[in-house]
Amino acid sequence: MSDAEPLLVARDLHRDYHMGDERVHAVRGVSLEIARGDSVAIVGPSGCGKSTLLNLLGGIDHPTSGAVTIDGERIDLMRDRDATRFRLRHIGFVFQRFYLMPALTAIENVELPMAEARAPRGARVERARELLTYVGLAGRHDHRPAQLSGGEQQRVAIARALANRPQLVLADEPTGELDARTGAEMIGLLGRVNADGTTVVVVTHDEDLARAAKRVVHMRDGVVVDDRRQDGR
Amino acid sequence: MLFRLAWATLTRHRARTLLAMLGVAVSAAMLLDMVMLSSGMRVSFRSLLLSRGFQLRIAPKGTLPFDTDATIPDASGVTRTLRAVPGVATISPVLGGQLHVEVNGRAITSVALGVDPRVQGDYEVLAGRSPAAPNEFVASDDFLRASGVRLGDTVSAAAGFDPQLRSYAGQRRLVLVGRARFLYMPAEQKSVALPIPTLQAMRGSDAEDRASLFMVRVSPGANVDTILHRVETALPRVSVVSTETAMRQVDERLSYFRQLAVILGAVSLGVGFLLVTTLVTVSVNERLGEIVVMRALGVVRGRIVQQIVLEGVAIMVIGALVGLGLGLGTARYLNSILAAFPGLPAAIDFFVFEPRDAWAALGMLTVAGIVAGIYPSWRGASLPIAVTLREEAVG
Repeated sequence: MSDAEPLLVARDLHRDYHMGDERVHAVRGVSLEIARGDSVAIVGPSGCGKSTLLNLLGGIDHPTSGAVTIDGERIDLMRDRDATRFRLRHIGFVFQRFYLMPALTAIENVELPMAEARAPRGARVERARELLTYVGLAGRHDHRPAQLSGGEQQRVAIARALANRPQLVLADEPTGELDARTGAEMIGLLGRVNADGTTVVVVTHDEDLARAAKRVVHMRDGVVVDDRRQDGR
Repeated sequence: MLFRLAWATLTRHRARTLLAMLGVAVSAAMLLDMVMLSSGMRVSFRSLLLSRGFQLRIAPKGTLPFDTDATIPDASGVTRTLRAVPGVATISPVLGGQLHVEVNGRAITSVALGVDPRVQGDYEVLAGRSPAAPNEFVASDDFLRASGVRLGDTVSAAAGFDPQLRSYAGQRRLVLVGRARFLYMPAEQKSVALPIPTLQAMRGSDAEDRASLFMVRVSPGANVDTILHRVETALPRVSVVSTETAMRQVDERLSYFRQLAVILGAVSLGVGFLLVTTLVTVSVNERLGEIVVMRALGVVRGRIVQQIVLEGVAIMVIGALVGLGLGLGTARYLNSILAAFPGLPAAIDFFVFEPRDAWAALGMLTVAGIVAGIYPSWRGASLPIAVTLREEAVG
């Protein structure tokens, strides 16, 4: 796979839900290409289908029709186990509500995907320490999520997302539960992750976060209504 | 990491986990006790029957040893016949009766066994020695406590008592030469043993040359069943019971105990299973978000199931280990109560611990823990990730 080819290609994605007797068309014919190393913000009003689109791009939801190709592989056609393995190696997720394992410490949370990828214990501890330092949490390794602030928890979540050196990080409202100052720090951190070579796609209502992306995709009623690169990039 | 996460999850809710483990411990204790009870009496009885190495018991026709007051006539003739049977190594005749001993004006009545002290298999001497002369006897602690007689004392004893005439029959002066533990006697039974010719003589004409029972030890390497058939052929007017036959009869009589034990054991196992299933289900439902996020991060479904099953197994195994100790303590206590069960030898244990019982209980509980964890964990790990995350976000 050459660097010139896009990392992620979505073709004519549709996702319908049934809510009671009603059929909801959450995503209606979205096509996207995301280049390696790009940073993309998907924005739009609540219920416009942006989180659904992110889930489809990350292979944690299946499109009703259409195709998602990441690094040349059709993730929408993979069996559950293969898709899970693919996510482990190629995609990092950051969620609005952090979703750290409350029983584990910060470093153990970061180690978790590496342990699943069968990384040797020594190597994964070292990598987890590096990542926690990278996100600014050196010295908080042994704290459990309940002992960390929201911003710190999201930093751990970002470190966890980077654990297996994924090419793509997908973040769903990563600043949604944070105050303005912490949100700004998170925007800076995600910018740094992108600057270090990881492709970042965020779904957000946060205008500051959207402004920080190189490319902004606007959605409304399940379709992309605007897709433009930001001025000066 | 699998173990770490399972353990960390359990210790996150310490009180709940502890209570569940205690519940399993109680269940395991009961299960172990029931497993011990279901086989304990059998094992104990068998061990008792074989403790002195006698494999055959010969009782009056149609009876079990000491089941009735019936006796076998021509005891000396029976002994001679038995000696002539190839493969018979030792013959120990026993005559049952009573011995009334008058001490300080009050009569102490005890069970008396007439035995051949050289080959007897009814008692173990704890102090002193076995009778060597016709006028010597050994007695149980209960007899000694009740009578106040000491080793070396001579007592006036009688084998019969007529309550209407208030007179004793078959009186003798006997010397106490030993303190003994009687293997087949119930707890708190006052017992004595003396040479069989002495007891026969004391009982008079109704016991002349009679025996209640013969115990037979076969030659090393001889087939017990073969000897049994030979004895039955040589002595058609008696019942010959091998240890195996006795065990079958014991089995029949104890079948209710075993059924009860099996039912209660199954109930205990079921309670433990439901307890862990409930706990694991609650635990899974509480962390559906965490579970689907683990899947989103790339943890395969099977690994999540393993981790949750491991939690169930940890509760079961730790609870079971505590329960094994609890079960042994309970069994000991219950055994002490049941030791006074009427008519049963004091040496019989209702609960006999054998390592395989512990392994069986532990194995059953571990399997129950695995099964208890599989359904809720598989259900949790199979939830659609995106839909579950959305529902979790909505709350």
